[in-house]
This record gives sequence, C-alpha cells and structure tokens, in this order.
Amino acid sequence: MKGTNLGEFEELVLLTIAALMNDAYSVGICDELAKSTGRDVKLGVVHAVLNRLEEKGLVKSKLGEATSARGGKRKRYYTITNGGKAALVKSKELRDELWNKIPEIVLKRI
Amino acid sequence: MEKPNDTKSGKNCQPPRWATRLMEWYCRPELLEDLQGDLSEYFDRNVNSKGLTQARIIYMLDVLKFFRLYTTRKPQFIDLLIHWIMIDSYIKTSSRNILRHKLFSTINIVGLAISMSVGLLMIVFISELSSYDSFHTKKDRIFRVISQDHNQVELASTSVKAGKEIEEGIPGVEDVTIIRRDFGGDAFIGEKVLPISGLWADESFLKVFDFPLLQGDPATALREPYSIVLTATTARKLFGEENALGKSIRIDTSDYLITGVMKDAPKLSHLRFGSLASFSTVELMNRETDGGFMDWASVYMNYVYMLVPEDGSEANLKMNLDKLCARENANQNNQKVSLSLQPLTRISIGKTLGNQLGPKLPNLAIWILSGLAVVVIISACFNYTNLSIARSLRRSREVGIRKVIGARKSHIRGQFISEAVIISFLALVFSFVLFLFLRNQFLSLDPFVENLVSLELSPTIIFYFILFALIVGIVAGFLPALFFSKVNAIQVLKDITTLRVFHNINTRKALIVVQYIFSLIFITITIMGYKQYKSFLTFDLGFKTENILNIKLQGNQAELLVKALSERPEVTAISRSLIVMSLGSRYGTQMKYTNKSDSAQVMVNFVNEHYLGLHEHKLLAGKNFTPKPENVEESEAIVNEQTLKRFDIGGGEPSKALGEVISMDGKTLTIVGVVEDFHYETLEEKIEPMVFRYFHYGTNGYVNAKIVTKNLPRAMSGIEGAWRKIDKVHPLEARFYEDQIEEAYNQFSVMIKVIGFLAFLAISIASMGLFGMVVFTTETRLKEISIRKVLGASEKKLVYLLSKGFLFLLCLAALIALPVTYIFFDKVVLSNFAYHEPIALTETLTGFLLIMAIAFVMVLTQTLKVARTNPAEVLKNE
Repeated sequence: MKGTNLGEFEELVLLTIAALMNDAYSVGICDELAKSTGRDVKLGVVHAVLNRLEEKGLVKSKLGEATSARGGKRKRYYTITNGGKAALVKSKELRDELWNKIPEIVLKRI
Repeated sequence: MEKPNDTKSGKNCQPPRWATRLMEWYCRPELLEDLQGDLSEYFDRNVNSKGLTQARIIYMLDVLKFFRLYTTRKPQFIDLLIHWIMIDSYIKTSSRNILRHKLFSTINIVGLAISMSVGLLMIVFISELSSYDSFHTKKDRIFRVISQDHNQVELASTSVKAGKEIEEGIPGVEDVTIIRRDFGGDAFIGEKVLPISGLWADESFLKVFDFPLLQGDPATALREPYSIVLTATTARKLFGEENALGKSIRIDTSDYLITGVMKDAPKLSHLRFGSLASFSTVELMNRETDGGFMDWASVYMNYVYMLVPEDGSEANLKMNLDKLCARENANQNNQKVSLSLQPLTRISIGKTLGNQLGPKLPNLAIWILSGLAVVVIISACFNYTNLSIARSLRRSREVGIRKVIGARKSHIRGQFISEAVIISFLALVFSFVLFLFLRNQFLSLDPFVENLVSLELSPTIIFYFILFALIVGIVAGFLPALFFSKVNAIQVLKDITTLRVFHNINTRKALIVVQYIFSLIFITITIMGYKQYKSFLTFDLGFKTENILNIKLQGNQAELLVKALSERPEVTAISRSLIVMSLGSRYGTQMKYTNKSDSAQVMVNFVNEHYLGLHEHKLLAGKNFTPKPENVEESEAIVNEQTLKRFDIGGGEPSKALGEVISMDGKTLTIVGVVEDFHYETLEEKIEPMVFRYFHYGTNGYVNAKIVTKNLPRAMSGIEGAWRKIDKVHPLEARFYEDQIEEAYNQFSVMIKVIGFLAFLAISIASMGLFGMVVFTTETRLKEISIRKVLGASEKKLVYLLSKGFLFLLCLAALIALPVTYIFFDKVVLSNFAYHEPIALTETLTGFLLIMAIAFVMVLTQTLKVARTNPAEVLKNE
C-alpha cells in the first residue's frame, strides 16, 4: 500500500531530507546523496522520488525565496512530515529486529 | 576546457533557448520553476567544469529526460472551451477590421484570389489526371505489359506472342487481354457510308475492363471473327434510333456482325475508341500472310493488359516475365526485347513511352506545374503576412488590451489566424470566379489539353477548394499570429513606437527588386511577343491570302469539285495546289541544271494555271502556265529568284532565264516564268529555291477558292452543299488561308498567353509586396513627417521624400530587367526567325511604364495620405 512501504532509494532520500533539515532541495539532496553513498545520483531519479514521496504524504514542500542564482528561479524545499518520520522509524525498527535475530557467529565469519 | 569564471554572467553563457521553451511548453506550471532552477544550477556547474558546449548538450538532454508522465501538463479542456466561445468574438472583430480597412482588405483579398485561382486550377487538373482510368473496378490489379525493343526504345506496345505466352505459360495471372490499334475504315450501311475507327480487342477485354454493354453478351461479343461492338455514339451515328444489335455492316471489304452496343467510355480513360472489332479477325487475316504477326520482336502494334489475382505478387510476376524474356531472346539474334509491367493507374501520368494509347502527360510536367502553383501561392501568402505585420502599429494596441484583459498567446493566435482564414475564404469566392474564366482559357490553350481533361467540378473538388482556402488562410496568418501573440502588452500600451517590426529591411528591399525584375521581364516579353506574333499574321508573304478558302480534296476528283464550286455565285476564282504554302508543310525534290553533277534540293508546289493569279504572285518575267489536258506530260516550270541565284541560271537575270531547261524527278522542264521571292515556309525559315510545277486535276491536295460574299454563313453552307454532292462520306475540310496562318503560329499565341498570365501574376504579387513596404514606411515615419510638416515642409516635398526610395528600387529593377529581356528576346527568341520586325523601343518601355504607373499610384496614394494628415493629430498623442 502507498505510504507504508519504502523502497531502498526512497528511504535514502527521506533520510537525507531529514538530515539536511532546512536546506533540503533537489540539487542539495542529490549532492548529499552522492557524497554519502559514492553513487552517481541522477537528478531525474531524485526528482521522481521526491514527487512520489510527496504523493505518499511522507514529505511536504514549499517554495523558497528567489535569489540571483539558478537563473532567478526559486528553490523548492522539502521537509519530512510526521508520516515520513513514522515510516523511517518503522523501517529502522524492522531492521533492528532482524539484526537482533542474527546469531553473532554468522557475522563473525565475514 | 576550463572556462574563466566571468563568462558565467556573460550573455553567451545561456542554456539553449529552445530547450527552455520546450520545457515551458510541456511542464506542469507547479513543477516548472523548480525544475528550471535545478537545470540552470546544473548548467552553471557544467559550464565551469566541462565547458559551454558540453553544458548545453547536457542541458538539452536533461530537458528531454524530464519529459515524464508526472511532469507533463494535462490537456486543458477549459482552454479549448474558451477558444470555442471566443470564435464568435474573433469573427466579429476580424470582420469589423476587414470592413474598417476596406482598401487593405481588398488588396489582400484580390492578391490572394489571383494566386489562389492558379491553385484551384491545379487542384482540378491534378485530381482529374490522377483519376484517369479509375472507373475500372479492378484498376489496382490491372497491369500493362510494356516492352523495350532492341534500340532500347521503351514502348507501351508489346508483341502478340508475349501476350499468348503470358496467358498460357505464366502462373498467377487471372486474365490477359490483347488489343491492337488502328482498326478502322469506311463503314457501308445500305446507302450510307461513314468513317469508323477504334481498336481490335479480344474476348477478355470486356471482362478485364469495365466497359458495360447496353446490348449483347459481354462474354461472347468479341469471340468470333468479324464481330464488332459499337459504342452508343457510333451506333447512333450509323443507325440513328434503330436497333443496331445483330445487324451487319461492311467495313472496307469485309462484313462484320454487330454483337454488342457499349456505353460510351468515360473521358478519363486512356483507351479511347468508337468501336471494338474482335481480335480473332486479325489473327484470321494474318494467318496466311507471313508478316511477322506472331514474331517475338514485332512489338509495335499490339498491347497486352493482364489482370492479376488479389493475392498475386508483382515481384513473382516480374520474375516470370524475365524468365520468359530470357527464353525468347535466346532465339533472337539482334532483336532482343525485354518486358516489364506498368500499373493501369500510372499509364496516363507515368513515364513517357513510345506508341502511347490515348493522351498522357509526363510526370515531370505535373511536378513543374504544381511547383509553379505552390511558388505563386506561397509568395501571395508571404505578401499577406508582410502587409499584416507592416500594419502592426495599428493593431498591436488592440492586442495589448486583449492581453491585459486576460487573453493568452493562444487566443491571440486564434484571432489572427481566423482573420486570415476569413480573408482567404473571401478570396476563394473571387478566385472561383477567376478560375471559371481561367479554366476556359486553359482548355483552349491547345487541343491537347482539351483532349486530356475537361476540368469539371464535383462535390469532392469543391471540398478540396474549401480545404485549400483553409490551408492558405492558416499559412498566411501563421506568421502575423505568431508576431502579435508575442507582443508585450505593457510595452505597446506605454509606447507603441518601441515595437520592433522588421529586423532586416534590406532583405525586403532586395526581395522587392527581384519581384519587380521578374514582373518586368514577363510583361516585356509578353508585349514584345504579342507585337511579333501580330506582325507574323500580317507579314507580307509575297502573295495575298485574303478570302481564300482552301478545301482539302480527301481523295475526290478535283474536276468535279471545281465544277460544283464554279456554280456557286460567291466563288469568284478557283485554283488547285498540292500543298498550302507558308504553313510549315513542305515538299522537296532534287533539281539539276546544265551541270549534271550539281543537284540540289528545291521546294516544289504543284499548281494549275489559275493559282498565281488568284494568289497575286508577282511574275518578274515570262508567263503563266499553259493549260494542258490530263494526259499530256508536264513540260513547264515557274521558278523563284533564289533558284536563279542558286543554279546561276541566266546570270540571275529573270528575263534571261526564260527558256532554260531544268530537270527534276527524271523530267525535263522549261522555265516559262520567274516569280518574285515569297515565303514558302513559315517565317522561321529563310527563302529557299522554289519551283512551281504544273498539275491538272487529280485527287490529292487542295482546291483554293476565292470567296466574295456579304453573308459568310450562307456562302459556307452553299459550299458545304457543293461538297456533299461529290462526297457523302467525309465531312468538308475547308479553312480560310488566314485562319490557317494563325494556326501555324498557334504555339506562339499559346506561349504569349501563358507568359502573359505569368506577368499578370508576377505584377500582382510584386505590387502587393511594394504596397506592404510603402505602408510600413509611411506608418513608421508618421511622427517624422508630422514634425517636418510643422517645421514647414510642403506636401510635394514630403511625397518626394517618401517615394523616392521606392522609385529608386523600381528603376534599379528596370535597369536590370529591360536589357536582359531585350538581349534575351533579340538573341534567343528572334534568332529562330529568319524574318521578323525589329524590336521597337516602345515595346521595350511600355511594360516598364505600365508597371511604373501602377507602382506610382500605390506609392502616391499612401504617401499623400500621410503627407496630408494633420500633424497636430499625430503629435498630440505623444
């Protein structure tokens, strides 16, 4: 169902938005993700994900003030909603639960 | 690669405009700003790291990549609805605007109408040509077998053998029919004798093609030898209202049984005939005589058409044909023939072949004609565009207000396009009237055209006309619409003069000069050509042609006709001649004088003793022919001056040449007279040596009758009656000498008509273009003129100031066009004529003066209007 499951990339984007706090706009998120994951993150993909997250109600957005950069165009800032927070927490809990089930011996082999 | 940082703010450091526009067009408004910002941020980064070119490429790719389902805007039905509601308003404002500026609307409408009439003509012409042979229900499955003979000449005809082989040997052919041309002769029905002509066709003919029989059985009508199927018209001609079926007619020496009466074939058919005789007759006739009838290489008389099944493959068929050719050509020494297929619908407009049946127009001609029409229409549309934009100063305030009230770009576009469409529909009405006139002119250009098409109107054609007007309107209104939709509302409402209308005025000036060069060339050629053509008709040929009626004998005894004619009161003199001279027909033979090794070709006409007197030839020396009875050997000749010169007879002195003996055609003739040189050929040829020889009555050639009458129709019917007495079969073929001369130069009259029409078109287009420029200049310089006026300039001075630029352009055009035309006409056109009148200065200048007059009126009226405006009115508004 919409709003309950998070994809891997969606989760990353959501986490980045949360981490960036008040400076989360498309290009910023993109850069941050690229830096932290080391992947080549495409703007188009991030955009599509942001759009989807907003549709699911996990983030909300508003336009910022116009500056001379960006050809005079305003930035769209994203903030995480309560639903978004809940989804992140839920996903973390699920992982922790699974982590706890793993016997230590298995991990030692690596 | 590294770009310095300061280029970042430079003007040339922008992302491609079209890509930005594209994004604006497809993207949802709520997403647009952010996306654009993102892309431009990336762009700036890329400019710094990768260079401008790469950055632009990446930008373009990104714009394309962002074209996704969630970014694209949904079609806004409300917009369409608004358009729909606003159409009423568009039409209202457009028609008000058309009515308010009557002069402009008239010029626009007339300009478009003139060019559109050519378009209408082309639409009818081409649609009629492309519907040739389309009345056959199986038209897509019928192919003609065409051949290439050993000289590599492509022929529409093919051999009977090929037809038979295909019928028997090639699988996947549903039916084959063989046609042979040139069936005909005199048909005798009881007392009546009428000429009849048509085709030979075998029994499959009526199955393959859709020529329905009114009477008779189509399956068997053409099976038996000596059967004939008549068309309804032929049957009526032969039998009147009687039933023709089952009757027998004698054609030349054989009796034919009428086995069917056919509905007349439609005009748009490449097969045209008055009757069909069974092909089995030809086979019967040619069985004994070994004339190569069944030879593989006798590909000149017969035509083969085949019907392929619906699932038949053309490639397969072609392969089988090639196989057949290879097999048959192996038995041939040097008469190899190759066969190929031609679809039925491509026969009349396809490639040009030898032995063509029916009329045809080469594909190239259609392309050239329609290309010409398109050029003409495009230039007319361009003129409309020019005129509308030139007047933008008046309209842009209206557009500004519309925009302020809330009109979008698309609404403004809609308004201006609908205005252009209204204009083009009004133009359609005018051009339709013009078309009706043009159609008759076009059809009467040449008998060939009239034979080819009838240019009839039908509902489909009318629909095409309307569609055409719609397209012309949209094309003509497109650029003005685009221009006005871009008008910045605030700017035009604040200060209208800031509007930049034309970017490059010099290009437009050059265009006007070019248009006028063409107009001048065409009109001057027309005037020069017309003058020359008229002078050909009245040229002193060296003999008289007035009131002479040349009657073709058509195999009748001349003596009888002369006797019959001499009883008519309106005939004052009668003579005989073998050919009618000065029309381009010629009869030459070898002549020798005393030097037996020197023989040369001389032109000959056989005449009787009345000929020279009747045509008022001038005898320089000697006497006319002495009348001789039929069976006495000819012994006299009358020669022209050129003959004396060529053979040096009597030292070129006419009186000394009398009594000299010449020989031609194995006969010895004594020169009894010398005539002054006259034109035996058309004026294209030089006067050559020419000999009159004597002949008495016979059955070939012409009888020349001098007619003096006040009532020509009655005289002609009297002559017709005289003819009927001696020949009941063939209709009278009598033409006045002067009409025949006119006909001999008909090609020139056709050319003059065509070029004259082109001149008309070119002038109207060029005038429109000039008018647009004048209006534009005067309107933009209104303020300047007002100030000049306030400062004391006179009207005369102002008109001179405004118009001198245009008059200079026209003079420049004339300076180029007139010498070019003169040289072209003198060196190229007239060099074809051995005799012609010199080109007069008046002819060269008439066209120029005419065009100057038209242009001057246009320039003057507009500049005078501006010069007369009250300067206070203009300056008050500033």
